Amino acid sequence: MAGETAKVDPMHQFTIEPMFGSEGWELAGFNIAFTNSAMWMLIAAVALWAFMLGGMKRELVPGRWQMMVETFTGFIDDLLEANIGKAGKKYVPYIFSLFMFILFANLLGLVPLPLAMVGLHAFTFTSHFTITGVLAIMTFAIVLIVGFWKHGFHFFSLFVPHGTPVPMIPIIFVIELISFLFRPFSLGLRLFVAMMAGHVLLEVLASFVIDSANAGIGWGLAIGGPSFILMLAICALEILVAGIQAYVFALLASLYINDAENLH
Amino acid sequence: MPQIAQLAETYSSQIFWLLVIFGFVFFVIGRGMVPKVMDTVGLRDKQIADDLAAAQAARDAADEQEEAWRKRENENRAAAHALVSEAKAKAAASSEKKLAKVQAAIDTQAAEAEARINSARTKAEGEIQSVAAEAAQDIVSRLAGIEVDKAAASVAVKKAMANG
Repeated sequence: MAGETAKVDPMHQFTIEPMFGSEGWELAGFNIAFTNSAMWMLIAAVALWAFMLGGMKRELVPGRWQMMVETFTGFIDDLLEANIGKAGKKYVPYIFSLFMFILFANLLGLVPLPLAMVGLHAFTFTSHFTITGVLAIMTFAIVLIVGFWKHGFHFFSLFVPHGTPVPMIPIIFVIELISFLFRPFSLGLRLFVAMMAGHVLLEVLASFVIDSANAGIGWGLAIGGPSFILMLAICALEILVAGIQAYVFALLASLYINDAENLH
Repeated sequence: MPQIAQLAETYSSQIFWLLVIFGFVFFVIGRGMVPKVMDTVGLRDKQIADDLAAAQAARDAADEQEEAWRKRENENRAAAHALVSEAKAKAAASSEKKLAKVQAAIDTQAAEAEARINSARTKAEGEIQSVAAEAAQDIVSRLAGIEVDKAAASVAVKKAMANG
C-alpha cells in the first residue's frame, strides 16, 4: 500500500511542460514552445499590469490602491536614491520592473491552486536558473555598459580599492576582478536556490503528511500533524522569503549599478 | 532536477519568453506606467509644498499688514496727542494775554485815580493857604489894627505852615 502511494516527487513541480500543443514552435531553429513557465510569466506580467493600472488614476488625493502602487514606486525610488544618488533616478523603470516582476512571480508561485489534482498547479519560474540567470546577466550587462560608457578604461580602477599598497595592486586587481565577475552568478543563483529550496521543503513536508496518513491514523497524527503545522509556518516564511529575495535582487542590482555610476 | 535535466530542450523557450514578457514589463510598465505614477506623486508633493509656501506667504503678509496698522495707529495717536497739547498751549497763551490786557487797563485806571487824588490834595492845600492868609490878615487888622498886605500875610502863613 505504502509502496504505491509514496510517489510524491518533490522535484516534479519544477517540470516544464509545453502548453496548448505548442511544443513544435520554433524560431530560427530554436524551440520556443509556450510552456507552463511562460504561462506564469505572462500571468505575473498581466497581474503586475493590472496592479499598476489601479495606480494610474492620478488622483490628487490617492485611494488605497493608488496609494499602494505609489508606495512601491516610492520604495524603489528611495532605494535608488539612497544607493546611487541623483543619478539613480533613470534606473527606476528597470529596477522597478525587476523587483515587481520577481515579487509577483515569487508570490504567485506560492498560490495553492485547487486544481492541483488535475495537473494544474502554480509554477514558480524564478526557481529556474535559466530565468534568474538571464535577469542577472541583463543586470550585469547594464553595469558593464554604464561603467565603460561613463568611465571608459578608468572603470578598471573599480578593482583597485583606495589605499592599496603598490606591490599588492596586481594581486588585489585579480581578486577584485574575480569577485566582480562572480556577481551575476551569485545574483542569479541566490534567487533560484532560495525559491527552489522553499518549494522543495514544502513538497517534502506535504509528502510526509500524505504518506503518514496513508500508513494509518496513528502515524498520521504522530508525523503528519506536526508536519502540517510546520508547513503552515514555512508557508508564512516563504511569503517573507518571496519578498526578501525580490528585494535582495533589486538591492544588489542597484549596488552594482552604483559601482558603475560612481566607481568607489 | 528538471532545471538541469530539461535544460537542453527548454533553455531557448525559457529565454525567449522571458525576454518577450520581461520586455513587455519593462517597456509598458517600467517605462510607461511608473514615470506617470511618480509624476503624480511629484505633482502632489509640489502642490503640497506650494500650498505650504502660499500659506506662509499669506501669514507673512498678514503680519506685515498688522505691523503697518500698528505703526499707523501709533502715528495717529501721536498726532492727536500733539493736536490736543497744541490747543491747550494756545488756549493758555490767549488767556494769559487777555489777563495781561485787563491788568494793564486796571493799572492805568488806578494810576489816573491816584493822580487825580494828588492834584485835588495840592489844590486843597493851596486853598487852605490862601484862606489862612486871609484869615491871618483879618485877625491882625482886628486885633492890632495894622493893615497887613496880602503878600506879607501869605509869606507868614507859609512860614508857619512849613514850621509845622
